[in-house]
Amino acid sequence: MAIDTVTAPGPTQASLDDLLAPPLTLRQLFWRRFRRHKMALFGSVLLVVLVLYATLGAFVFSESYANFTETGIRLQAPSAAHPFGTDTVGRDILARTIYGGQISLLIGITAALIETFIGVLVGALAGYYGGKLDNLLMRLTETMLSVPQLFLLIVMAKFFGGKVPDLALFGRTFSGSVIVIIGIIGLTSWMYVARIVRAEFLSLKENEFILAARAIGTPRWQIILYHILPNSIAPIVVGATLGVANAITTEAYISFLGLGVQPPTATWGNMLEGAYNYIETAPWLWIFPGILIVLTVLGINFLGDGLRDALDPRSRAA
Amino acid sequence: MLRYVVRRLLQAIPMLFVISIILFILMQNMGDPIATLGGRRLTRSGDRERLTRQLGLDKPIYVQFFYWLVGNDWAKIDLDGDGIAESYGRREGVLRGDFGVSLVSKKPVLEVIGERLPNTLLLMGVSEIVIVLGALVVGIYSALKQYSVVDNVITGISFVGYSMPIFFVALVSMYIFSVNFKRWGLPYLPTVGMFDPQVGKTPGQVALHMILPVFSLSFIYFAAYSRYIRGAMLEVMSQDYVRTARSKGLPQWMVVYIHAFKNACLPVVTVVGLDLPFLLAGAVVTERIFAWPGMGRLFLDHVTRSDTAVVMGILMLISVAVIVFQLLTDIVYAWIDPRIRYE
Repeated sequence: MAIDTVTAPGPTQASLDDLLAPPLTLRQLFWRRFRRHKMALFGSVLLVVLVLYATLGAFVFSESYANFTETGIRLQAPSAAHPFGTDTVGRDILARTIYGGQISLLIGITAALIETFIGVLVGALAGYYGGKLDNLLMRLTETMLSVPQLFLLIVMAKFFGGKVPDLALFGRTFSGSVIVIIGIIGLTSWMYVARIVRAEFLSLKENEFILAARAIGTPRWQIILYHILPNSIAPIVVGATLGVANAITTEAYISFLGLGVQPPTATWGNMLEGAYNYIETAPWLWIFPGILIVLTVLGINFLGDGLRDALDPRSRAA
Repeated sequence: MLRYVVRRLLQAIPMLFVISIILFILMQNMGDPIATLGGRRLTRSGDRERLTRQLGLDKPIYVQFFYWLVGNDWAKIDLDGDGIAESYGRREGVLRGDFGVSLVSKKPVLEVIGERLPNTLLLMGVSEIVIVLGALVVGIYSALKQYSVVDNVITGISFVGYSMPIFFVALVSMYIFSVNFKRWGLPYLPTVGMFDPQVGKTPGQVALHMILPVFSLSFIYFAAYSRYIRGAMLEVMSQDYVRTARSKGLPQWMVVYIHAFKNACLPVVTVVGLDLPFLLAGAVVTERIFAWPGMGRLFLDHVTRSDTAVVMGILMLISVAVIVFQLLTDIVYAWIDPRIRYE
């Protein structure tokens, strides 16, 4: 990138170089704007650190150690042997935040993927086809938005709870409740993505290049997938990113209420369950998982903000 | 306008109907209501069967839903539980304003909810006022002093606040203002309940017990709102009419509060109007932590005991509130912004 090497002061020299330099590709443009967003860089670094914490930590402690109960050492304050202390049944909180982090991040990412998939599907169909289908899908969206998500989640968590068997994957056993939580968060949070995608499709489908594609007989699904969708990718990416943060907090809410992921599988959320009984006596029970949730969500929000600025087609000036 | 309102209300009817069907189906598989009934243990299977019949739980789900919706005072049902439908039911159905009877407390649902609703509304109302007033002050200030130290600090705090789950704010604030203040010998705040039973339910006590829950609720929403107001204010301040107001020599406060602020309020009204009913949902967790006897806790308690009537009552009430508030927001919006016309 030629722009990077410009050191000469004054706008004239810089703009001259701008004219002489080959036009930036979209990716270069994106990266230039993203790099300038200090908060977004900070958020990305934070997230990388947290992901490393949750993955590399698994090489230090085994999962059986994280789930190992020893009531003789319950509720011990942080010490050299247990840097984050122990919980109500004597499990090591440091090890549990590592394995809990894996599950929390897994839930966040997969739930956001499901949410984005449903949202894009509904939004694209409604926006492209319009008419009766649009009407039906948008009424459905409104209906879903009329019941606050948390209430719906509690009812659905009770409904599906204990009905999904445990799943063995990569040599580990995932509690069925993890799958339930991922599913119900995805099913109850696609509405905003659907609305954004619909709006994008509504405006994009009126463009000449869509008319051209139709004129040469491109099948509808190809128009939707290859012509309109790539052009509306920016808000979808931003929405999906923020969806991860949302899903992590949402999981924490239901697990906090005891309806989420069931122990012994740890998540940052269910480590907080019942912690309010120990506000005074054992603050380390809730401080560490709580801070990890806040840091993760903060990092994702910064990243999402940076992506929004960098991907926004209206701020083409770099 | 009137036609628009009527059309929206008519659209709401099928929506509420669909919501109620989905929720009713979801409610059916939430566990055994008889098993958790009022703490009594039913050991004999004969008793169980009789009770199931008396409560009408042996009926197929669509019949149960139908009775819930329109009542059963026109149908013969089995009141004594002997398997023979002999007398007319007494329920009038939701459509006639009868939400049924709580399985747990045997009281009418509306009465059960009515006992708790004022507590929730009190908590929510005070929080909303604190949020909006605080966010207005901070939002306008940081918009006028854009990129100043204070603005940057506020932006930072609001990002942190925005990223915090409410229970973490609640736990931290309880830890600081109650546990540690007590330890340091400072006047400390109460953490749970609505009043000290030894003092009684005086306004002072309730206000004292409200400080922490209101603080926690406000902290979360405050962050988002002040950012929103800042953004709206910044956009308005760069408009031509604000420059005109400045150039004709109006004092700064007039430009800000009369010319800019009024216009910046428009998007804020939307957010407040749409968020209000959702504050009720935020109450679920807050009420649980602070043991506030409101509707959120009522919901949690009765969900765990599979009390369909009460849970359905709460959910339908909130859905209606959401729809009504959406409509009210639209109306207020059109009223304060004459440029908007609904066809």
